[in-house]
Amino acid sequence: MIAELGLAALWLAAALAALQLVSGALGLTERGAVLGGAVRPVAVVQGGLALLAFACLIYVFSVTDLSVKLVALNSHSMKPLVFKIAGAWGNHEGSMLLWVTVMGLGGAFVALVEKRLPERTMLATLAGQAFVSLGFYAFLLFASNPFERLSPVPMEGNGLNPLLQDLGLAFHPPTLYLGYVGLSIAFSFAIGALVTREVGPAFAKAMRPWVLGAWIFLTVGITAGSYWAYYELGWGGWWFWDPVENASLMPWLAATALLHSCGVLAARNALRAWTIMLGVVAFSMSMIGTFLVRSGILTSVHAFAVDPQRGTFILALLAIYIGGALVLFGLRAATVTEGERFAFVSREGALVVNNVMLSAILGIVLFGTLYPLFAEAMGAKVSVGPPYFNPMSALFAVPMLVVLMVGPLLRWRRDKFGRVGRELVIPAMLIVAAGICVLVLGGVALLPWIGLALSVGLGWASLLPLKGRNLRRTPLPIWGMVVAHFGIAVALFGMSSESAFSVEKLVAVRMGEVTQVGPWGVKLDTVEPVAGPNWTAMEARLLVRYGIDGKVTRMLPQSRSFWAPPQQTSESALLTRWNGQLYAVLGGEAPKVDGEKQSRWQLRLWWKPFAPLIWIGGLLIALGGLLALVGRVAADVRRIVAKDKIAYRREKQGR
Amino acid sequence: MKRLIALVALALAAPVFAQEEQSTAPYAYRQLDDPAQETKAQDLMETLRCLQCQGQSIADSDAPIAGSMRSLVRERIKAGETPEQIRAWLIERYGDYVSYAPQLTGLTWPLFAVPGVLLLIAFLLLRRRFSAKGAGQ
Amino acid sequence: MSDLPAKAPRWAIWLPLALFLGFVALVIVGLYRPADRNVASALVGKSMPQFDLPAALPGRPGLDSKVLANGKPHLVNVFASWCIPCRVEAPQLGALAKAGVPIEGISVRDTTENLQGFLQTNGDPFQRIGADDDGKVQLALGSSGVPETYVVDGKGTIVYQHIGEIRPEHLGVLLEKLKEAGE
Repeated sequence: MIAELGLAALWLAAALAALQLVSGALGLTERGAVLGGAVRPVAVVQGGLALLAFACLIYVFSVTDLSVKLVALNSHSMKPLVFKIAGAWGNHEGSMLLWVTVMGLGGAFVALVEKRLPERTMLATLAGQAFVSLGFYAFLLFASNPFERLSPVPMEGNGLNPLLQDLGLAFHPPTLYLGYVGLSIAFSFAIGALVTREVGPAFAKAMRPWVLGAWIFLTVGITAGSYWAYYELGWGGWWFWDPVENASLMPWLAATALLHSCGVLAARNALRAWTIMLGVVAFSMSMIGTFLVRSGILTSVHAFAVDPQRGTFILALLAIYIGGALVLFGLRAATVTEGERFAFVSREGALVVNNVMLSAILGIVLFGTLYPLFAEAMGAKVSVGPPYFNPMSALFAVPMLVVLMVGPLLRWRRDKFGRVGRELVIPAMLIVAAGICVLVLGGVALLPWIGLALSVGLGWASLLPLKGRNLRRTPLPIWGMVVAHFGIAVALFGMSSESAFSVEKLVAVRMGEVTQVGPWGVKLDTVEPVAGPNWTAMEARLLVRYGIDGKVTRMLPQSRSFWAPPQQTSESALLTRWNGQLYAVLGGEAPKVDGEKQSRWQLRLWWKPFAPLIWIGGLLIALGGLLALVGRVAADVRRIVAKDKIAYRREKQGR
Repeated sequence: MKRLIALVALALAAPVFAQEEQSTAPYAYRQLDDPAQETKAQDLMETLRCLQCQGQSIADSDAPIAGSMRSLVRERIKAGETPEQIRAWLIERYGDYVSYAPQLTGLTWPLFAVPGVLLLIAFLLLRRRFSAKGAGQ
Repeated sequence: MSDLPAKAPRWAIWLPLALFLGFVALVIVGLYRPADRNVASALVGKSMPQFDLPAALPGRPGLDSKVLANGKPHLVNVFASWCIPCRVEAPQLGALAKAGVPIEGISVRDTTENLQGFLQTNGDPFQRIGADDDGKVQLALGSSGVPETYVVDGKGTIVYQHIGEIRPEHLGVLLEKLKEAGE
């Protein structure tokens, strides 16, 4: 019954999306103007219905209603409730439903609160949003109905991939999706602006909070995903340049560029066509990324929900939306001027460098990700991995980070290096000093060396915009910028340190034996079986000690065997200190060498100095975004309130 | 009690895992004694693709064939081969697919040309954008 | 001085669309020409690498690559007891053995007991079985999985590689290749 309710809600939502599109489009014409009034309420109800459908899906998953095919295929009655719920979006159909739900809610939210832009632009924007939603509704209803029933009802479900049965990962996809789909609003704004030819500071100011919001979720999602891969895959790697990771990185790169060009457009009415273009590209990257993951066209470790047939359907949607938007852009952009000019040495100039570099990195990642597909079409197989992506992206990232040290100090329109040069003496000296220090330590590869040196200088330089300001009166968006840029320095330091100074130790040890990894002494105390709700495991008790006289701490890595579906995973144990993280994995029992009585266990141990800074930095970047968002929204609210007051007074006086 | 359940479950599960792959590759989970050689081996392993896991390097994989490959890499490094010789040996057998570091060939040159092309586009686009006089007026 | 506001050049405005169309074309090719997930050995057409594997079973000779260059074509089957598709292909290998094809086995990452059990249940078509316990010969052959079957001609050159289990419909091709290898 609940499943049918969900399906009905989905159909209704799709119908309302169609209504929203039609009334929004007609509302732009003279004769249909009266229809325009329906658009906002329809958008709100559409969002509500999508949410209802999604709630129904969560319900059938949480009670493990096995008569629903999706539940039977992806869930299991013996599973903790939180993973039953997470199972709702851990599969293709559920994740697409999540996608339209977020799109619907986003549209509803815009319809409710966004009042700054001319109503014509808003109608076009909401019609655009409905147009995109409609395609995804069609995809759900015709090609991947999540509420399909199964007959006969199976006794038990298939279960969820054990790798996904992890709290961090349970909430990773929804976070990323909020980001992906949040960018659809920027996309719709761009379409709206192109249709009505209203591109200017007001448009940028209206779009910016939405981009910021989506970007925060993307940042958190990518950070969390990286941490998940780090502790769950059990080999200490945190970024693999694997197609699924690249799929989430590409929208982030585009959104970061968009955020900065939005700033230029809002403040200086420049980079107009370019900002529109990025608005289109950012969401296109979300869709392309999702397509690449969902279609199974590129193979990957993370591709859990893969289906080649549906690829064609999504590809058709992509062709309509992205192709359509780009045609519209081509037709209209010729009439959109680039706006105000500025000198190379200016805030705008620095932001242009930022945009060019981010776009170039985006180009590299996209090209490198797709190249194996291209090679296959040519009849050969190649692999493109870290040895390509690392140096190629650094080629653009390093100059960008150098400019990042200077850019925030520059004035709009035109400036001179001479004015800001003195401020940068300390960061420059820090870079040189750090570079020499690392060189003296020796044994560090080129890229981590650059990263370490640069991160120190960047850390300092990122705080400079606060210099000479009254910290309590500094506007929140400035704080946001400083925190986010500082977060980049922190993350960069963590990445470089992890790659430069990690120590690895693979050993087979007997009970009671002590082994050394970096500054740590690790003793294998016991190995014993333990049981979880839907798994059993061998659990090692390690007693670890930092240095000679450190406190003894316990670590409990497990080697888990799940039975539905049968699969083994290793649960790593992490011990975090201020200066790094000790990472322990229990492997199997080592094959016995002749005459051995006591068994030996494989241990994989890593000491990763300052590795946690990678994710702390990521979270700082997101926090910076949040501060900026709060600052902007608060300012908008104040302005609206003030406007209302003035209007109210006028009204009173007029009487 | 919990422990008992676990033991029983392990005992029941045992037959399923009895026929697992059993590798004797000596260096699959063991490092070389010489740290310099081990670093060389590790760096190489991170750039070789695990043939069964699609999307992981052999340094990140539990698949038995990845273990065999790790052992092969370490043994050959120990015997004095250079990483590039080992990579070439594997490419001779598995094609370019096995290496995450694309070699510059007739098929892969666009990968290496892309940064230049991107810079060229940026230059062409921005060439007339900046005026030396700032806002111009 | 009225400095006309700059506009993006025409080619640049249409560039994103052109790139996107390129992407769509590429993906259509990828979608409709289903990707071949197998990694073929690059050694086909080249001579068999040199190896000398010890016996996997007591009383059965191991496999020395020199045997493969004895003037007659051979089938070399890379298999293991832990591999389920190997059980599927066992009847076909049995049929080939009955037809007089010399089949040499390379058992990968296996143990003697498991191997014995496997041969008892699934039949034993092998003349020799070499124990590739550490998987090194598998790598030397350019084999990326189990089972795989190589047709080797009398001079010890690999002329054909079959990836995955041999199903009844594959027998024709294999016999053909064996015949060609014998000429």
